[in-house]
Amino acid sequence: MMRKNAPSFLMFFLAGAVLLAGWSTVHHRLPEHLQFLLPAPGAVWAAAGREASVLARATFNTVEGALLGFGLAIGFGGVAALVLSLSPLVRAGLSPYLMMLQLTPIPVLAPVLVLWAGPGLPSVILITFLVCFFPLVVNTTQGLISTDRQHVELFRMWRASRWQELWRLRVPAALPYFFTGLRIAAILAPIGAVIGDFSAGSSAGDGGGLGFRALIYSGNAMYPELFAVVALTGGLGFAAMGVVVLLSKLALGRWHDSYAHPDG
Amino acid sequence: MSPASGIVELRDVAKKFGAGPPVLTDFSLAARSGEFLSFIGPSGCGKSTLLRLIAGLTDVSAGELRVDGRTPEQAASELAFVFQEPTLLPWLDVASNVEVPLHLRGAARPARTAARDGALRLVGLTGREAAYPRQLSGGQKMRVSLARALVLAPKILLLDEPFGALDEMTRERLQEELLTIRAQQGWTAFFVTHSVAEAVFLSDRIFVMSPQPGRLSAEIAVPLPQPRTAETRLSRRYQDLVVAVTRQLRSSPPP
Repeated sequence: MMRKNAPSFLMFFLAGAVLLAGWSTVHHRLPEHLQFLLPAPGAVWAAAGREASVLARATFNTVEGALLGFGLAIGFGGVAALVLSLSPLVRAGLSPYLMMLQLTPIPVLAPVLVLWAGPGLPSVILITFLVCFFPLVVNTTQGLISTDRQHVELFRMWRASRWQELWRLRVPAALPYFFTGLRIAAILAPIGAVIGDFSAGSSAGDGGGLGFRALIYSGNAMYPELFAVVALTGGLGFAAMGVVVLLSKLALGRWHDSYAHPDG
Repeated sequence: MSPASGIVELRDVAKKFGAGPPVLTDFSLAARSGEFLSFIGPSGCGKSTLLRLIAGLTDVSAGELRVDGRTPEQAASELAFVFQEPTLLPWLDVASNVEVPLHLRGAARPARTAARDGALRLVGLTGREAAYPRQLSGGQKMRVSLARALVLAPKILLLDEPFGALDEMTRERLQEELLTIRAQQGWTAFFVTHSVAEAVFLSDRIFVMSPQPGRLSAEIAVPLPQPRTAETRLSRRYQDLVVAVTRQLRSSPPP
């Protein structure tokens, strides 16, 4: 396993090194009065060190908001998908509202949510929840209604109750779809938390999250610090994605075709 | 027609879907317990619909259908269905797949394990309990599908082209094994196929069907002795029967 992955890890670090070297080169080639546009990697690193405790606090706040919003979206999204899977009539009636919610730009909706939920964490959670909810509901519902027809017929012939059909057939069959939704939601969760922070972080008593730090740093022309926030936010998204990919592999790896080894 | 005269009885059965033309008309037959019946005919002759009617997956539009003296719904526990695709649950290993119908009936673990082991032994898959469907060949998947049907100890087995997607060698081996298992268990089989050779090899009686509307066009008895083996396929009587059924199939009125 390790030996198989070694070349891709090597490639990953090599690409990273090339990227950093290129970045550094561009920085040094820029005329001095423009160098602030792209701070040297070393300067960003140093800024992150200076601001370590503030950034750690902000990262914690953002992760907390993202995780809670994400978790709530999984719970409510699962229940909503079960309800929507009940009948085409239920779907036809409720889907337009779901779409409307999704099509309203979050930055516009955010101030309203802050108004309702109050400043800081509650608003960040609510906004993250809204961002993650839609992909989870849509994908999981699709999974729950895409059950193989012959499997359903077998369960009917075996006189399975509706409950048995749901838990032993529809839910496991929907898992690959659920994980597709989960992957999208995991990418969106940190983004949602940061956007939430733009609107709600300033009024929070706990120093706000990474979104609020970004506003502060850009407002004070602290560009290396700003780049440190960019790197941290990107890293968070990457980590969230990694965890979901791992979970998905644990749940589906043994049976789903997407994990099949090419030579069986 | 008394309820005791056949394990499956159809009298003047017809089936239509919606306002369309009937997919099955004037269909009558009585299957004796333990008989192996095959249904052969071009696409659209209603042979799959026939199995679905007996299985209780859809209701007759006219006529009478009795399974083990009852309605198909009442007789559900005596019936098992095998589709052309293995239709295994991909998230369960072989052992759990075979146990699913027992689970749904609330059977206790010792009973489940015993029945599952017995069924897997019958289809020659002992030792593959922990494999997932994706790791099995087409023939092995079909064996698991058969084991899952047999685990319920059905009186009637409904098979809808179960070997249609398999290569010739695997197909012939499974045909031979199916007959061996039947000799041990004595269920009644309704077997839908497109292959004349397969129908002749397996059956006690072959029903040739014709389409539009789907109906019975001929019934041919297969008096080949049991047990039938690979040698049977080389016998003159077998080959003559294949020719006879093929002729019958060709002479069926065109749609």
